[in-house]
Amino acid sequence: MFTYITRRLLYAIPILIGVNLLTTLLFFYVNTPDDMARTMLGEKNLTPEIVENWKKDHGYDKPLFINTKEDGLSKVTQTIFFQKSAPLLWLDFGSSDRNNVDIAEEIRGRMWASMAIAIPTFIIGIATFLTFSMLLAYARGTYLDIWGVTLCVVMMSVSALFYIIGGQFFFGKMLKLFPISGYDTGLHAAKFVILPVLIGVIGSIGGSVRFYRTVFLEELGKDYIRTARAKGLAERTVLFKHALKNAMIPILTNVVVSIPFLFYGSLIMESFFAIPGLGSFTIDAIGSQDFAIVRAMVYLGSLLYIAGLILTDISYTLADPRIRLE
Amino acid sequence: MKRHLNSTIPGKLSLFIALLAITFAVNSCTPNDPYRAEDAGKNIYYSTFAEPPTHLDPARAYSANEYRLLAQIYEPPVQYHYLKRPYELIPLSAAEVPAPKYYGKDGRELLGDATPQLVHRAVYDIKIKKGVFYQDHPAFAKDNSGRQLYRGITDNELKNIKIPRDFPEKATKELTSDDFIYQIQRLADPGLHCPILPILNKYILGLDDFSKALDKDLKNIRAARKKRIGSTYNQVADEKADPIILDYSRHALPGIEKIDDYTFRITLKRKYPQFIYWLAMPFFSPMPKEAITFYSQGPLKKKNITINRFPIGTGAFRMDNYEPQREITLVKNENFRGEPYPSIGEENDAAKGLLADAGKSMPFIERAVYKLEKEAIPRWNKFLQGYFDLSGIGSDSFDQAIKMGSAGGVNLSEELAEKDIKLITSIQPSTYYTGFNMLDDTVGGYTKEKQKLRQAISIIINFEEFIEIFANGRGMAAMGPIPEGIFGKLEGRAGMNTVTHRWDDKKNIAVRRSVEEAKKLLAEAGYPNGLDKDGRPLIITFDNAWTGASSSPMINWFIKRFKLIGIQLENRTTDYNRFQEKINKGNFQFFFLGWNADYPDPENFFFLLAGENAKVKTGGANGANYENPEFDRLFKIMENMESTPKRLEIINKMTRILQEDAPWVWGYSPLSFSLAQGWVGNIKPNSMANNTLKYMKVDTFKRAELRKKWNAPVLWPIAAAAVLLILVAIPAIIIIKKKASNGGRG
Amino acid sequence: MPVILATDIIIYLVFLVIIAGIVLARNGDGYLSQIWQHLKKNKLAMACMIILVLYGLVALGDSIRWRDKIEPAPNATVASSKTTIYSANAHSLLDRALSGLRAKDEKTFSAPLATKLFVKETLEITAADGTVKTVREHPPLKHPGSHLLGTDKVGGDVLMAALKGVRTGVVIGTGTTIIIIPFAILFGVFAGYFGGWVDDLIQYIYTTLSSIPGILLIVSFMLIFGSEGYQGGVIKESDLWFGLFVPSDRLFWLCVIMGITSWTDLCRLIRGETLKLRELEYVQAAKAFGVSNIKTILRHIIPNLMHLVLITFILQFSGLVLAEAVLSYIGIGVGPEMGSWGNMINTARMELSREPVVWWSLVGAFIFIFGLVLPANIFGDAIRDALDPKLRLGRK
Repeated sequence: MFTYITRRLLYAIPILIGVNLLTTLLFFYVNTPDDMARTMLGEKNLTPEIVENWKKDHGYDKPLFINTKEDGLSKVTQTIFFQKSAPLLWLDFGSSDRNNVDIAEEIRGRMWASMAIAIPTFIIGIATFLTFSMLLAYARGTYLDIWGVTLCVVMMSVSALFYIIGGQFFFGKMLKLFPISGYDTGLHAAKFVILPVLIGVIGSIGGSVRFYRTVFLEELGKDYIRTARAKGLAERTVLFKHALKNAMIPILTNVVVSIPFLFYGSLIMESFFAIPGLGSFTIDAIGSQDFAIVRAMVYLGSLLYIAGLILTDISYTLADPRIRLE
Repeated sequence: MKRHLNSTIPGKLSLFIALLAITFAVNSCTPNDPYRAEDAGKNIYYSTFAEPPTHLDPARAYSANEYRLLAQIYEPPVQYHYLKRPYELIPLSAAEVPAPKYYGKDGRELLGDATPQLVHRAVYDIKIKKGVFYQDHPAFAKDNSGRQLYRGITDNELKNIKIPRDFPEKATKELTSDDFIYQIQRLADPGLHCPILPILNKYILGLDDFSKALDKDLKNIRAARKKRIGSTYNQVADEKADPIILDYSRHALPGIEKIDDYTFRITLKRKYPQFIYWLAMPFFSPMPKEAITFYSQGPLKKKNITINRFPIGTGAFRMDNYEPQREITLVKNENFRGEPYPSIGEENDAAKGLLADAGKSMPFIERAVYKLEKEAIPRWNKFLQGYFDLSGIGSDSFDQAIKMGSAGGVNLSEELAEKDIKLITSIQPSTYYTGFNMLDDTVGGYTKEKQKLRQAISIIINFEEFIEIFANGRGMAAMGPIPEGIFGKLEGRAGMNTVTHRWDDKKNIAVRRSVEEAKKLLAEAGYPNGLDKDGRPLIITFDNAWTGASSSPMINWFIKRFKLIGIQLENRTTDYNRFQEKINKGNFQFFFLGWNADYPDPENFFFLLAGENAKVKTGGANGANYENPEFDRLFKIMENMESTPKRLEIINKMTRILQEDAPWVWGYSPLSFSLAQGWVGNIKPNSMANNTLKYMKVDTFKRAELRKKWNAPVLWPIAAAAVLLILVAIPAIIIIKKKASNGGRG
Repeated sequence: MPVILATDIIIYLVFLVIIAGIVLARNGDGYLSQIWQHLKKNKLAMACMIILVLYGLVALGDSIRWRDKIEPAPNATVASSKTTIYSANAHSLLDRALSGLRAKDEKTFSAPLATKLFVKETLEITAADGTVKTVREHPPLKHPGSHLLGTDKVGGDVLMAALKGVRTGVVIGTGTTIIIIPFAILFGVFAGYFGGWVDDLIQYIYTTLSSIPGILLIVSFMLIFGSEGYQGGVIKESDLWFGLFVPSDRLFWLCVIMGITSWTDLCRLIRGETLKLRELEYVQAAKAFGVSNIKTILRHIIPNLMHLVLITFILQFSGLVLAEAVLSYIGIGVGPEMGSWGNMINTARMELSREPVVWWSLVGAFIFIFGLVLPANIFGDAIRDALDPKLRLGRK
């Protein structure tokens, strides 16, 4: 197990380097340093000298990969890639382009808000989805199943934006049950969290319940279940004891990957509800073209994805001891 | 297991109800209250910000959302009178409004109305108030030997410190002329990128050389550091860990002199009467040197405790908490000297109750909370629920808020009037315009044909309709570059643009010329029915950076208008950078921009069309690349004049030239409408002053009462939903039970 | 003069594939006709299919476009009157069929089937005695009662806008998958069939790509390629190849990048399936007989993967249609002149705070999206059931 994890971590390095190179190319090709300077400085009274100055101060006055003006090692180190993108590899996120804010500090400050929304949505969501999908799988073929699946399909055919807009309008404005948007720290956050969580769960109920129902049904169609049934076991026991246990693998595959992303937040939800989390941080950075932040968030995203993959593998061994990680 | 299934739904429901109950318990009877219970009834002013400020350093800040915070904290020498109109400057941190003295080449003093050409030096002696103290701040704390206490701070010492308020030791300091001088020197600091440095370089004696000398110093320091560190040198990281503080005293700056502790002198290279307006902007507010030595410490920078976030000022308020992702809080500065509320205003200000607090010591509010609200709809709804004290009106909320009176005047709608909400309108010293690229082969050029082409387009872009649709009538179609309320803007027939409008004698208003007239002009320009001499359709490209969804109707509107005379408008929406690049290179035909005046003077608008500022040639602000020798000649004369009748004459001439050449389609000047809750007092719109918070007053009793009244929750739909859920659950349970008794084979 | 956008080709391709599918299903007793037999029994699926075909036809109608000839000006020089000049607008069949609807624009908002404008304006009313009074009233519409779904902010017909959105929705939903299918098959099969370093390399590529958060990848890609692309509206000669083809089409780039962010799933599936197929006896036999790898892949592997491709294609469709709306929210959707439901929702969102509420744009977009995604989901389920015999049993 330990060697397995070490090996996976080592595999992660080339992937992270690849991500880093790709984002560097992407971002500096889209947005030359001159573009960045102009966006950051605004359009009033801008002269070419100011632009040059800005680039110099922010370290964007260098070539992308090879600096021919320097000697020796400096040829590589005195470059945008080495000074701006490479430090991400050792988790040095640097400062934002717009106002020199320390990005790592900002991430530390914002992740709690993201998690305050994402974790309840995740837990309540999983509980709800599994309950309803097992219910439907249990009652398969009955009217309950047919209507349930129909409702799921209807619900997943509605755009996420409608859930948010409608939820804010109905619960916030008409019923006045929750603050329409906003956030507060600590326990005071509770009243701000309920509405986004509610909408988050309702918004994904359709797709998820349908997915898990299929997983259960697939499991129920397998031979060992038939054997169990033939042995005269009650359907309940078959479903909850055998099917659920064996359905854990596909469920885990789906679920565990998303755990690290809880920290990453939901881009759209945070933006609509003015939640000061990492999602709105990223959206704002895209809006204001602060590529130092976008680069950092892309990198963080890939890191979390890889973490999710490893976690999934580990969780397999816990769910089913027969699986061994070599 | 059976029990498990049965309890699922009601279990969830009860959890939900419990959660609701908790919420209600916390907030007594208004569960949608976004504020903490402990803040109820306190003398707090609530407002919003849509975009976090980027810089609160007065040497950098240059946008409205920064000024509305900054102006409450920093005090430049002069300010705009809150009540008087036209706008008048009065002293703020200065003891009196400085009057310039002019000197000729021979050093002799000249009279105030001397012609600009004769003036060799303009000298401003600025006396500052005595006994003004800064807010308490750790930067001023001293150790026993009198040295700055928090210097050479380490990461470890900052463990429990998130914002400056967390430092145990704080102190204050008296304001002296050194602080003003230090700030003006900072404006020339190459590391700060002061946005108005190019302008100031033109006027302040020796500032240009001073700034260049500092630039050299900075380069030398960087080169030395690079040499020391070697190939791993990373300038940005290095300067974050160990910020460079330039020593300004090494170089001479003859334009700025210290006379004594309470007087300093600014010398200009030429006459520039508008300079006094700059002295009202935060650029010229005092900056104590302690602040910079304090904030320029690596460990603090790493914690994002910087001058850009936590200003140190002498103003009525100080920064208390700064979380740009959520809220920004200002509190009353306990060291504020106490400024009396003005006792003179406009004629009917007394009747409006604006003089009730005359002579009382400001500020009236204890704390101001600004909440981040990016989306317009939640912001507006929360205002209607009484959770914000002041609100601008989005175009789409307009009809709910405002009713046009039959005489064209505006009134509040009954619903809002009933809520005792007050309407505040003011004219903005800004203009929105669409410009042509004068260098372009098709739309540019100065021949008669090209003029006519642009004039035809100017007629069909019906800004009266634009204002109706997109600004709900909140604006005035412009006749020239100068917006309402600025010297040189003429009213009525005299101010009409005869190219695009004609005078309707019956109604006594200017009426836009008809589409037929535009078509005629277009035909004369060589494009009958929008086709060139070969019969090819005339296509004009419209460049913009309007990626937001709300702007797509605007683009469609422009396309629709151009179609009226047969011109095909090709829309090119790109991101802001590409757009800027196109403007900078002159690689465009037609664009839409806005300009917000720095100070209420026509020069600040005309310079946008002066040849010396042409974008492609000089990188200046003249995006249309307009260059007309006669106009430029007149601009040189008018630029530095006082606002006399003679100046007006020149301005009129310049406006006529512009109207004829039509390098811009004169757009409109916006009218700002905002709403104030009935419990907010002493509100008068002032589009020049930013430090208006100190005048405001909040009736907290009334606010608490009305909030309660407006926010009674509606609970029956929840009950109805619960009943419905149970009704649905019953057949479901029956089905499951049946299934269970069937042994699973349904 | 016809004009073909890069995305039009996608629509044509989709129709070609569907027609080919129908022909194959009707003749012969292969795989497809089995599915067809199964589908025919499902009435709901058939109804959904009809709706989908209707949407498809609207999209097709909106993808056949041409530029009209402009009559030479009377004062034109002889030389220039010889070359024919075309209009800068390429109207599609749909545009032409609905030209009545397009021409009927109002000044600004009006409710569905209203006779008066939604907003009040200052009007002058001449009373009987000749005095002129100004009042604040709703002015009458130019075309009262003719707007089935009302009009938008600049007076455009909402129904028209929603119909124009059909093509965008269908293109995103189908184009994204179509563009990536060849690559997914190529990479997936190669990785699975050859194994070794090829497999490692391909796995590396898709893990790297899928580890970048999709939305950020889309944003940056669109900033590079999308901003210069054709966004609808006027066509310039310089945009055209050979006077008829527009290669740089913003919507096309959107499909490409959405494809890049979503191809990994399909690729992984195909790789897994290929691994299984490779070990099958007849494949091994083919190898043993010395049949070349390429031939084996073409003859034995790829045909047996097609059901995976079909399922993915159908299941991804609805998600992609919904994603378009979210992308418009971030500001990287299609241009304002190319109708799109995402843009409609986004603009309409702003009108919700009006009193009375301007609801029709939002409802219009909702109905059209729902009307496409719901049948697509139901039909997709039916196809999957038809393809998967195991689930067919489970259903019973």
